[in-house]
Amino acid sequence: MAEEKKLFKVTIDNIPVEVEPGTTILNAARKIGGDVVPPAMCYYSKLQGSGGKCRTCLVKVSKGSDADPRPMPKLVASCRTTVMDGMEVANITSPEVLDARKGVVEFLLLNHPLDCPVCDQAGECDLQDLSYEHGAEATRYEFKRRTFEKIDIGDHIKLHMTRCILCYRCVFTADQLTNKREHGVLHRGEASEIGTYIQNALDNDFIGNVIDVCPVGALTDRTARFKNRVWFLKPVDAHRNCENEKCCGKTVLWMRGDEIFRVTARKDKYGEVEDFICDTCRFEKKDVKDWVVEGPRTVARHSVISQGHYVGVHKPQETIKEVMSGRDPKLLMNIHSVSEVNQPKVDLSKIDGPAHSTDFPKLNGVQ
Amino acid sequence: MGRKLLLDKAHIEGIRYYDVYRQNGGYAAAEKALKSMSPDQVTEEVKKSGLRGRGGAGFPTGLKWSFLAKPEGVPRYLVCNADESEPGTFKDRYLMEFLPHLLIEGLLISSYALGANRTYIYIRGEYAWIPDILEEAIRDAHKNGWLGKNIQGSGFDLDIYVQRGAGAYICGEETALIESLEGKRGNPRIKPPFPAVKGLWQCPTVVNNVETLAAVVPILNIGGDEYAKIGIGKSTGTKLISACGNINKPGVYEIDMTISVEEFIYSEEYCGGIPNGKRLKACIPGGSSVPILPANLLLKTAKGEQRMMTYESLNDGGFPTGSMMGSGGFIVLDEDQCVVRHTLSLARFYHHESCGQCSPCREGTGWMKRVLMNIENGKGKMSDIDLLWDIQRKIEGNTICPLGDAAAWPVAAAIRHFRDEFEWHVNNPEEAQRRNFGLAHYADPLPVVAAAAAV
Repeated sequence: MAEEKKLFKVTIDNIPVEVEPGTTILNAARKIGGDVVPPAMCYYSKLQGSGGKCRTCLVKVSKGSDADPRPMPKLVASCRTTVMDGMEVANITSPEVLDARKGVVEFLLLNHPLDCPVCDQAGECDLQDLSYEHGAEATRYEFKRRTFEKIDIGDHIKLHMTRCILCYRCVFTADQLTNKREHGVLHRGEASEIGTYIQNALDNDFIGNVIDVCPVGALTDRTARFKNRVWFLKPVDAHRNCENEKCCGKTVLWMRGDEIFRVTARKDKYGEVEDFICDTCRFEKKDVKDWVVEGPRTVARHSVISQGHYVGVHKPQETIKEVMSGRDPKLLMNIHSVSEVNQPKVDLSKIDGPAHSTDFPKLNGVQ
Repeated sequence: MGRKLLLDKAHIEGIRYYDVYRQNGGYAAAEKALKSMSPDQVTEEVKKSGLRGRGGAGFPTGLKWSFLAKPEGVPRYLVCNADESEPGTFKDRYLMEFLPHLLIEGLLISSYALGANRTYIYIRGEYAWIPDILEEAIRDAHKNGWLGKNIQGSGFDLDIYVQRGAGAYICGEETALIESLEGKRGNPRIKPPFPAVKGLWQCPTVVNNVETLAAVVPILNIGGDEYAKIGIGKSTGTKLISACGNINKPGVYEIDMTISVEEFIYSEEYCGGIPNGKRLKACIPGGSSVPILPANLLLKTAKGEQRMMTYESLNDGGFPTGSMMGSGGFIVLDEDQCVVRHTLSLARFYHHESCGQCSPCREGTGWMKRVLMNIENGKGKMSDIDLLWDIQRKIEGNTICPLGDAAAWPVAAAIRHFRDEFEWHVNNPEEAQRRNFGLAHYADPLPVVAAAAAV
């Protein structure tokens, strides 16, 4: 009989969890889920050696372990610190952590333009979420920002260095997934930039994955840039038998009608790619006939991407004009009358999907 | 007159050459270690001496050595950190330039204690002439059987290599140094694992400062117990101090850590007082990264006791009234010096030297520099002082390596002790601009960066 593995007991924000030795604090928190999970901009569980750089996942270790209960003197990067038995960690329950995180968000946004309205990553940007949840309403930085020209690094990828937060994820991706690394971090300090060595192009089989791992809009898909906003597209799970044996062939097609605007790998709830895909699947298969469509992808309701395409939504069969016997509805509706929608006892957040007139009586207890 | 252990032979003509060094008792400690002591006994002797790392952190050396993992079949390395780049610190340069064999002897003894058969000296790129001196000394040591195979018939093998850095301050941080030595970007590694477990080439490694390794020689010569008797409390032995700034006799001094700060500044044996009879304003006692202390806190501790040149006394048990021994770069400022200007100078340095790996340091150091530039040039607002305080607070302790702390501490201490000077700059913008130290028109090379060439 195999010997039972000893698990470490860890407490994160007063919630206990048991994890295997060697687990990081971040992954232990992910096991609990919810708000106790620290944000991570540079850590990527699928990429070896990533993490520790952005400092957004800093947490306070208030008790080191049962054996050595001393607290750690500084905040630690939860993505790179492994748990000890009896460790106690404070994330959102520590004002010190929240203050430090606010500072990190401010630092990250010093040189990151708030051009979300024109950025291709808007709606699925980790920094956008991070600044919404932990940032301040305004910056105190009064100086010029660093700017770069946009460059095409290869046929399919555009680098907009101005938006880059130097998380190194794309460097690890290129290093670990492709057979030839042609880009990395050049220069030092504030002058650091992602760049290709001597005008090389990124054209390896799996290089498109750098777009998926980029937490911001620094690396974008040239075949899909500016073609549509992500919340207007309908994500659909699909697969194909890819000739590339390293490619899983399982993707998400981002469609409008029957047109495929872009193809990405499938991501888990922490925004991390489940299985990496090859460039052929990503950039060249833009016809529905190339794919076996599995069905609509479930998107977390809080995400802006879920806007407009809930699973199980019922399309009305007739138009208002038809209901109104051909009369123009504008002339018939009194917009000043009190609507049930505005009644405070109606809690819209309890409705699974867009509100429908039949929902209100239900929420009011009327069947 | 203080006791000299490292520089006691520095005055002898030609001491940097093997023959002269040997004739004056050189390599006796190595001979003693190799012929009559086991590696563990050497480590024990260093532990007994209470020697603390002389690179800045002050961690007990013997204890550090005892942390070294010793797995079977895996090589161990000793790396000598000669990347001396802290502004105001220049003591290691003196040792390497004038007493190269003292360092090599120290390396030999330390490598023997640690079981390392290959040792690297990682030297600052700007010390362009010193690698030649070291390499010549290594060649002579080889020729005379102190390096190579089966040293002096002891069965111990050792090779020492000199590696020049490319001139990055961050490469003085031990893990960044290891990365650089491996041929990679000098970015600090995230600890753990510590170098004692996974260091150079993922093998157990000890990184020690030049002065620390050189101090192993007198420890073996006089014995660990005798060495521990010198100094006060946990500040044992002698320490090299590189003194500069507004003093009559700048230079490298060996002190035995029993003298007071006042004695060090004013006595003829050491700094010789302040030129032109000016008053002492402040001092940075341990290299540019440690907090500045105003004169009233420099000579007396918070308890009103005389402040001594020891790790404990300079630290003063607390941050606000104390500073640190650091690497021993002693920078004195007289009454005419502008603290804001000096703080800006340091902020520019740390901004330039940040590796850029983690966001608080990469973005925060530049922000501090720009706010300081505004204040210094009479363009600052009163709220900028509080902003500066807040930025440094958000950098300190939140970065991968101590460079963030090194950038934050000088700013914090300057505001804490000299806030009135910052306020003077804000309240007297015209006068501040008129002073024109050449920084008013200093062109900020960032933030607008030209585009890389497109494919």
